[in-house]
Amino acid sequence: MNQRSSNLLDEALGLDQTIEPWPLRGRAVVIEDRVETSGSFVLHHLLKRSLSPNSSNVSIFIAFAQPFSHYDRILRKLGCNLVLQRDNSRFFFFDMLMLQCPGGHEGITPEGGLIALYGKIHKTILALPEVSRKNVSIIIDDLSLMEVAVNGSSDYVLDFLHYCRTLTSEFDCSLITLNHEDIYSSADRPTFLLQMEYLADILIKAEPLATGLATDVHGQLTVLSKSMNYGQESSRNNTSNFHFKVKENIVECFYPGSRG
Amino acid sequence: MAAAKTRASSFSRNLSAAAPSQGPGLKCGPNGLVFLSSGIPDLDKILGGGFPLGSLVMVMEDAEAPHHMLLLRNFMAQGLVHNQPLLYASPARDPRGFLGTLPSPAASKDNKSYETDPDQSKNLQEKGLRIAWQYKKYFGENQLNFDGQKGSLSLDGKHEYSNEFDLRKPLDRHFLNRQHVDCVSIQDSPDLSVLRDRCSTFSSQFPRNDGSVSCAGRIAIQSFCAPQCAYSNMEWDMLSFIRSLKSMVRSSNSVAIITFPPSLLSPSFCKRWQHMADTLLSVKAIPDEDKDLAQLLTGYQEMVGFLNVHKVARINTQVPVILEATTFSIKLQKRRYLVLECLNQAPVDGSSGTSYGTSGSCSGSSKAGNLDF
Repeated sequence: MNQRSSNLLDEALGLDQTIEPWPLRGRAVVIEDRVETSGSFVLHHLLKRSLSPNSSNVSIFIAFAQPFSHYDRILRKLGCNLVLQRDNSRFFFFDMLMLQCPGGHEGITPEGGLIALYGKIHKTILALPEVSRKNVSIIIDDLSLMEVAVNGSSDYVLDFLHYCRTLTSEFDCSLITLNHEDIYSSADRPTFLLQMEYLADILIKAEPLATGLATDVHGQLTVLSKSMNYGQESSRNNTSNFHFKVKENIVECFYPGSRG
Repeated sequence: MAAAKTRASSFSRNLSAAAPSQGPGLKCGPNGLVFLSSGIPDLDKILGGGFPLGSLVMVMEDAEAPHHMLLLRNFMAQGLVHNQPLLYASPARDPRGFLGTLPSPAASKDNKSYETDPDQSKNLQEKGLRIAWQYKKYFGENQLNFDGQKGSLSLDGKHEYSNEFDLRKPLDRHFLNRQHVDCVSIQDSPDLSVLRDRCSTFSSQFPRNDGSVSCAGRIAIQSFCAPQCAYSNMEWDMLSFIRSLKSMVRSSNSVAIITFPPSLLSPSFCKRWQHMADTLLSVKAIPDEDKDLAQLLTGYQEMVGFLNVHKVARINTQVPVILEATTFSIKLQKRRYLVLECLNQAPVDGSSGTSYGTSGSCSGSSKAGNLDF
């Protein structure tokens, strides 16, 4: 990896050192954003990283938010060809834009759709060759739409995520999800959000600046990396905080005030 | 090899996209997007071209004032002028009645002299428009080429993408009659399946393929969560309707605009709705006699309200559009034309101490360029 493409975000996620073995292996990454500041660029960045040519990672992308063409164009500008990766069986795209589970009250459980989805993911992973089965990322964009797809029964979504979490222990997959923090901020008990944050090994928050948006600072990222169970500083969580600017081909990260 | 090939094609696309003929009222933008006009030239400039095809626009209403209707009217009238099919849903008992209130495209500012004689202006305008449409069949709408070739044509050529509308003049009947205008009343339907079906059949008329876009559709849904609708307490159903509308629109060449009163939704659902939107706007009325505001802002007399741009559509790109200003004043110029302006602070004594926002020039975002008025 050349010097330029490593940045604060990669450092915070431990992606700057090695790409093989995949540093996020077996971990759950939760990205939270707001109406003012979209966090989807973190997803794109992670997707690009996991599909980087010197690794053998496989990504399973579950899209509730955008069609394939959208991601394809973005990733192409980031220097990653999704069509090619799809042909190479390193990228699996599940278009869930139209997925709508029937209402939960009448007989058919809304779980049906999600269970089927889980089955598909499981089958996809099992069908992979032994080597790449160890380096799978499951990426979900985004959870709030998944909730809508099951008509608001967030318990089913949580169940689904716990199933996926078992995959991370069974196959050492990584699970990367995007959700919107401000949806839950008004609730008394934001159960869903708290559950997600509990589930997460790495929590990434994208927030607008308190002073509003500017053309050269698009917002700030807070990366909270919970301790892995080994190493010296295991008792402490690692938090890093920096500003970012999203460009077509790269995300620039920098410490507050470090740019003139 | 294959990678190089596809990459090359992705680079050339923007160039080639400038060439193919677009239908009337459509404009190519960056990232392979095609824009259609919002019907307000200033708003088009602010948003960097207009509403991109395949996007969902949401407008948060002011509960006390019908300013969202201004946006809807211009949006719908612009579509009718461009001969774009329209689906309009409203909680009113007779949605078709609303079509009678649509404004008519105005003669351009250079031709103000015609306005002294309304009959003549109307005749000339009609004639001009008719000629333009006839020509359109033969010239792939390359208006720039014959803009200025003939006096009366340049008048329409100038209006090609985005018209100015005269709010005091109703839209000509013939616009309404020859159109495929579909109106739905959402008041009586107990659930959203009817509307969903209508939207689905409507948007399936404009399938998306990679070739040139010949026609685009507009979907306008007014006061979606209004309390007189039977489904207005089924929050998840409404949300899933919006979600499916968004995916329908995404896969077709159409734009949907939904206005809703945010105060009727619970805060958490309101946020969910906002996340759904590609382009998120809000309108707000200003009180009639607010002395403080009147002192603070120039041109207060003409203002009818404020427009806030919360989110600009970000399709096929991850780069957010950062506008220089997000609040604009809605003005009715000469009580006829809807214009948007940056807020200008009136000169005040130094004591107040706020210096930002006093910039004399009303430039929009760097992309939008200067607003002229």
